[in-house]
Amino acid sequence: MYAYDQYDQAIVDARVAEFRDQTARRLAGQLTEAQFRPLRLMNGLYLQLHAYMLRVAVPYGTLSGRQMRMLAHIARKYDRDYGHFTTRQNIQYNWIKLSDAPDILADLASVEMHAIQTSGNCIRNISSDQYAGVAADEVADPRPLAELLRQWSSFHPEFSYLPRKFKIAVIATREDRAAMRLHDIGIELVKKDGVIGARVFVGGGMGRTPMIAPEIRDFVPFEEVVSYLEACLRVYNRHGRRDNKYKARIKILVHEMGKEEYTRQVEEEFLQMKALGIDPPIAELERIAAHFAPPAYKQGLSDEIDRSDPDFALWVDTQVKPHKQPGYAIVNISLKPVGGIPGDASSAQIDLIADLAERYSFDELRVTHAQNIVLAHVKKADLHAVWTALDEAGLGAANLDLIGDIIACPGLDYCSLANARSIPVAQKIQARFADAGRQKDLGELKLKISGCINACGHHHAGNIGILGVDRKGVENYQLLLGGSGADDVALGQITGPGFDEDGIVDAVEKATQVYLDNREAGERFVDTYRRIGMKPFKDVLYA
Amino acid sequence: MNILTANDLATGDVIWWTGNGWSRHVEDAVDVGEKGTEIAQAEVAARRANEAYVLEAAIVDGTVRPAHIKERIRALGPTVRLDLSLKPADPGIGNWVI
Amino acid sequence: MLEFFTLREDQTATEAPTVTIEAFDGQTNATVVRIEAGEDARALLPHLDRLRLIEVNFPVFGDGRGYSAARILREAGYAGELRATGDVLVDQIGAMVRCGFDSFAPDQPLDPIALKAALSRFPHRYQKAADAAQPVWALRHG
Repeated sequence: MYAYDQYDQAIVDARVAEFRDQTARRLAGQLTEAQFRPLRLMNGLYLQLHAYMLRVAVPYGTLSGRQMRMLAHIARKYDRDYGHFTTRQNIQYNWIKLSDAPDILADLASVEMHAIQTSGNCIRNISSDQYAGVAADEVADPRPLAELLRQWSSFHPEFSYLPRKFKIAVIATREDRAAMRLHDIGIELVKKDGVIGARVFVGGGMGRTPMIAPEIRDFVPFEEVVSYLEACLRVYNRHGRRDNKYKARIKILVHEMGKEEYTRQVEEEFLQMKALGIDPPIAELERIAAHFAPPAYKQGLSDEIDRSDPDFALWVDTQVKPHKQPGYAIVNISLKPVGGIPGDASSAQIDLIADLAERYSFDELRVTHAQNIVLAHVKKADLHAVWTALDEAGLGAANLDLIGDIIACPGLDYCSLANARSIPVAQKIQARFADAGRQKDLGELKLKISGCINACGHHHAGNIGILGVDRKGVENYQLLLGGSGADDVALGQITGPGFDEDGIVDAVEKATQVYLDNREAGERFVDTYRRIGMKPFKDVLYA
Repeated sequence: MNILTANDLATGDVIWWTGNGWSRHVEDAVDVGEKGTEIAQAEVAARRANEAYVLEAAIVDGTVRPAHIKERIRALGPTVRLDLSLKPADPGIGNWVI
Repeated sequence: MLEFFTLREDQTATEAPTVTIEAFDGQTNATVVRIEAGEDARALLPHLDRLRLIEVNFPVFGDGRGYSAARILREAGYAGELRATGDVLVDQIGAMVRCGFDSFAPDQPLDPIALKAALSRFPHRYQKAADAAQPVWALRHG
């Protein structure tokens, strides 16, 4: 993975000093909260329902064991001994003191980490495919470009005060494991005439008005990606709405302007920008890519797995995915144990994962946008040892992409933007479907819960989505069906009137029963829904 | 009644206006009547509080209870981590929120 | 406290332009102009040779359109004074300089010590922008 050079380290150290100075000036009253707020947001520091919350960046979701250990240290030293992995591959801490924040950033900088631009009206963490570098179907590892763009977007002087937040995802496969089409800019690496470049989508997003990003350009060569993105951002910075916070994302601009006009303006801007010499040379991408060379895999390893332990076999069948190198496998670690909190991990669990990454996966791990962890290069011979350690630590749940693998935002338990609690609903659904056989029989079923319309739980992209609302001061839950954040991207449709907390769990169960009653061979929940439509579900839900 | 809440600037702790200062415990909150905004402005300007706002509450079973579940969660802590609440030893505390 | 700050050596006057961008639709001999947020800086491109001062207003510091206006003008070859005015705070000055601003007339005076720290804060920059700074990738690859 990428390692800082002297320039990267100097920049992040300067940023820590800058924030230390800004915090001191705020505490001394030289900055008002209105003046300080964007500055602290651009260092990932929110003021939330219970305390300050710090969102630490995990660039394109990749971490080393040493970095993971620092995240555990921060949880222990400065917070309440746990962290929460988010739907943008980051980690956040809920009980931070402003007075500690500069020291936390300094600790992060000591292991090449930061909280730069994880909030604010600027370009946020660039996300990617959790199987980057090991997926058989990828055109190239997308992470070198993601790292190049991370640097390009950090403290970009023209784009630090955009109309609203800006999220970019980079993948390199046709299969979309990063919800790329639901980002402000989504990039798919493709090959054209033997050359690798970027297919660019602009104007996707969730929130109040979910939209799927249309393709704006089918191919941009690597050497021009930066100037092309600058053109995309400049048109947005100049023309995005600033009168209404809920209409300020680029998806609204592309929609209101029309895709053709937006594309035309971008091409016009691009024509003049690509002559300015702002594109890094290909040598810079190659320098970064050298850090992502495949690890020193052992050759000739066995593909045998001893399945005699049935619990282990179940875990292998659900959590372990094929690897392009013989003898190796991809391990998914579930952070969704029944009775737990989706995406949360204690400092002890974080340390354990760091150990496993170092021992068994070439010291590298990934955070997924489904709030789980991936160890990308585990020898099949080591799988049983890894599983034993995970199981002992409460990390052995076998529910990947099943109904128990719920994506949930923190909701009203933690978030001042929320209208309803999301975590108790997730817990009740998990408890209802706890039986492993039942989950397996239901098969792939991506259930996503948001506690408010801002959709941080990605409920629009759930095969089953749940949206928490406030109905005359009481928590109420709307049910959506048929969404997908994968390459068959689709926005979920609302079923009808909402339900209370127990009602929504019953409603989910009824919806799964409709699926079971109607499914044809090989159909997932979302396939049956697409074939039979909403009516059979409505009939049962509102009988 | 109207009560006033804010966050401590340096620590981020949730605080409630007691009439002559701030407390971390909602039971100490007093009715600010129509003076909430005025008090908030003075306290924020003096940096004794940050992001202060007025909310509705009532006395229920002899103690202050914010009208909306959000502020009850704010007063107590996350309902899913009662071990982190202000009253981890109280087994009935989850019911008070809901 | 500084009510006006410039990086230009040729700076003598501190006038505030009252000519607006609309004046340039018709005939004008003006050599100074003020752009509001959201106005199209490219309307001035035919007149850049004649202009010696362009002032860009930031109505609130969070309205970032002025950064694009500045950079567009510098990209087009404007070499005169490019001044940021309005809600200009010391924590944004560094980015403004990178976008090509070389003088500042903020609504609130600037603390000279904080300003000096802000201007010298970052030893390196990741991107090529409108200032003379070499981006890190140029240093890495000569």
